[in-house]
Amino acid sequence: MIYRETGQYKTTYDSDQQIFPIVQDRYIFFAFMAFLVIYPVFFGSDYLFQVVLYPVMGLGLCALGLNILTGYCGQISLGTGGFMAIGAYSFFKITTIFPELNVLVIFGFAGLITAFFGVLIGLPSLRIKGFYLAVTTLAAQFFVEWGINRIDWLSNYSPSHTIGAPPREMFGFMVMGPAASGPTKYLLMLFIVVVMTVFAKNLVRGRIGRSWMAIRDMDIAAELIGIRPLFTKLSAFAIGSFYIGVGGAMHVMFNLESVDPEAFEIFATSFPILFMIMIGGLGSILGSYMGAAFIVLLPVVLRNVFPFLGIDIASHVIQHLEFMLFGGLIVFFLIVEPAGLARLWQIVKEKLRQWPFPY
Amino acid sequence: MEFLYSVTADPILQIIEDPVFFIQILLEGLMAGVMYSLVALGFCLIYKASGVFNFAQGVMMVLAVMCMVTVYEAGFGIVLAVLIAMAFMVGLSFAVERVVLRPMVNQEQIIMFMATIGLAFFLEGFGEFIFGGSSQKIVPTEALHIGRDALIFPLLGSEIRLQQLDLTAGVCAALLVATLALFFQKTPVGRALRAVADDHQAALSVGIPLRSMWVIVWSVAGLVALLTGIMWGASSSVDFSLVLIAMKAFPVLILGGFTSVPGVIVGGLIIGVGEKVAELYWGDALGGSIEEWFAYVLALIFLMFRPQGLFGEKIIERV
Repeated sequence: MIYRETGQYKTTYDSDQQIFPIVQDRYIFFAFMAFLVIYPVFFGSDYLFQVVLYPVMGLGLCALGLNILTGYCGQISLGTGGFMAIGAYSFFKITTIFPELNVLVIFGFAGLITAFFGVLIGLPSLRIKGFYLAVTTLAAQFFVEWGINRIDWLSNYSPSHTIGAPPREMFGFMVMGPAASGPTKYLLMLFIVVVMTVFAKNLVRGRIGRSWMAIRDMDIAAELIGIRPLFTKLSAFAIGSFYIGVGGAMHVMFNLESVDPEAFEIFATSFPILFMIMIGGLGSILGSYMGAAFIVLLPVVLRNVFPFLGIDIASHVIQHLEFMLFGGLIVFFLIVEPAGLARLWQIVKEKLRQWPFPY
Repeated sequence: MEFLYSVTADPILQIIEDPVFFIQILLEGLMAGVMYSLVALGFCLIYKASGVFNFAQGVMMVLAVMCMVTVYEAGFGIVLAVLIAMAFMVGLSFAVERVVLRPMVNQEQIIMFMATIGLAFFLEGFGEFIFGGSSQKIVPTEALHIGRDALIFPLLGSEIRLQQLDLTAGVCAALLVATLALFFQKTPVGRALRAVADDHQAALSVGIPLRSMWVIVWSVAGLVALLTGIMWGASSSVDFSLVLIAMKAFPVLILGGFTSVPGVIVGGLIIGVGEKVAELYWGDALGGSIEEWFAYVLALIFLMFRPQGLFGEKIIERV
């Protein structure tokens, strides 16, 4: 009864083109944003920040980048971990060379550097398609893994090629490093994530996003109606990698705080992020975050549910069960709802609109 | 300048100075290539018949050999162990067809690919759960009559060493490919499989049962996985880190073309030789252990000229 759009007339083009044309959606969104700002700042524990919120935001941004590339433009990439590594290491390099530079600016530069490599890796996509392209992105992944293990300069000659979050402050607040408080880091992350997400949302509903989708649906047909494949594919690679780079840098600098190259290996990064967009929904901005939340929370829930039920299981068995459940759930989701959680959310809204009538 | 010298002139000089060593490296590369081909063969079979890029092939390989070794260690004979492992793989392919493939007919390839990644995770957890995750197992090479000695041939006043194990793998691979070729060309089932590979719908409409074909091809891939697992396991030990070998199969596949058995063999040999030669002669100049990515770059270079791989079918795109 509450979720009705009756009486909401669109009288201008502006009101027709809003992100949330229905006023209730707008309210829900702003209420949710307010909740996201207020609740963790006042009631958030370290556990909540480190186990749930930081990873969901950092990895969610990476998932968004991959979704732009794979979900919107149809270019399958298995090299996400490599891009994340490029983002994180370039952030580390820039911030240690220019310690005075504003953190936000450095995130921008880290993203740009990743975007440059993304374009480089995207170049073959004009000739190589589908699975062949997926395997060539693997080349990028392994090349980057090898590179960060070999080039000592990247990690400032640390013996195990580890990089860490240096203490940095912004407008008088410590935002990075051990001295930074949880809520400060959280708010900064939230700010970056929200700004970038709104930007992405507007990109994908604009001209460039539509040309991405045209290329995804059938690239030859898109080319025939005048969409430039070179520009379109490379722009998807550039912008997607920009997001992955920033997301990777955030994930490392705010959440992990200290990583070695192992953290970026393919089973730790590329595949989980691919799962996020598969489970969340290919070609959906909201889905990227839903998928990230799902993948981040699943192990947490699994680890807590057995002790909670009073079943005593050895930790390595739980790990095996985790693998099994993880795989099983992915197969299950793909069978039941290949369009992902975002589609489920839409179905729920659709049902709510018609409630109490079935259709 | 020094760097240029070490990547251009120096390797050539080394080869000329010690040609026998170079031949030794070539042979070793070929043998490693055969192993890669064996892994890639399983992917290729399934992709041909069902259009599914089966990411779980690597895990299937480990599961098969784990099963065999576990049964053998439980005190059963080696023949029984191999038979049980084979039965296990056939049972697995029935289950996979029923649970994963059947509800997903007609889905996009990428979705199927994701499903097999999910399957790979599931099977890995399942395997570790049943066979024990951390323990390494040893393939009983004596019981399987696989020699572990090195054969030494004199050549040009020097000598060339070959591992018996590698030779066995080579012979097995040759036999396997010959059998598969016969199976695909001469038997009715093989013919039906080729029809399915060409066009699912057309095959269905002439009365080929798609489901049983899928079970058959997954079983065949499972048996190939068992053989591959034994070969790889015999050269080191068996645990779930062997799954990573599957990553080596990807460049082989794209180099040879996803759909071609000869392509897989040739691709494997090229990658095997390229990797060994590059590592030994160029590795140090470039910073060491370049074999992690060299195969991919090699495959990428080939792809730039032939986007469908060396032996893949020509990609015809229509609107």
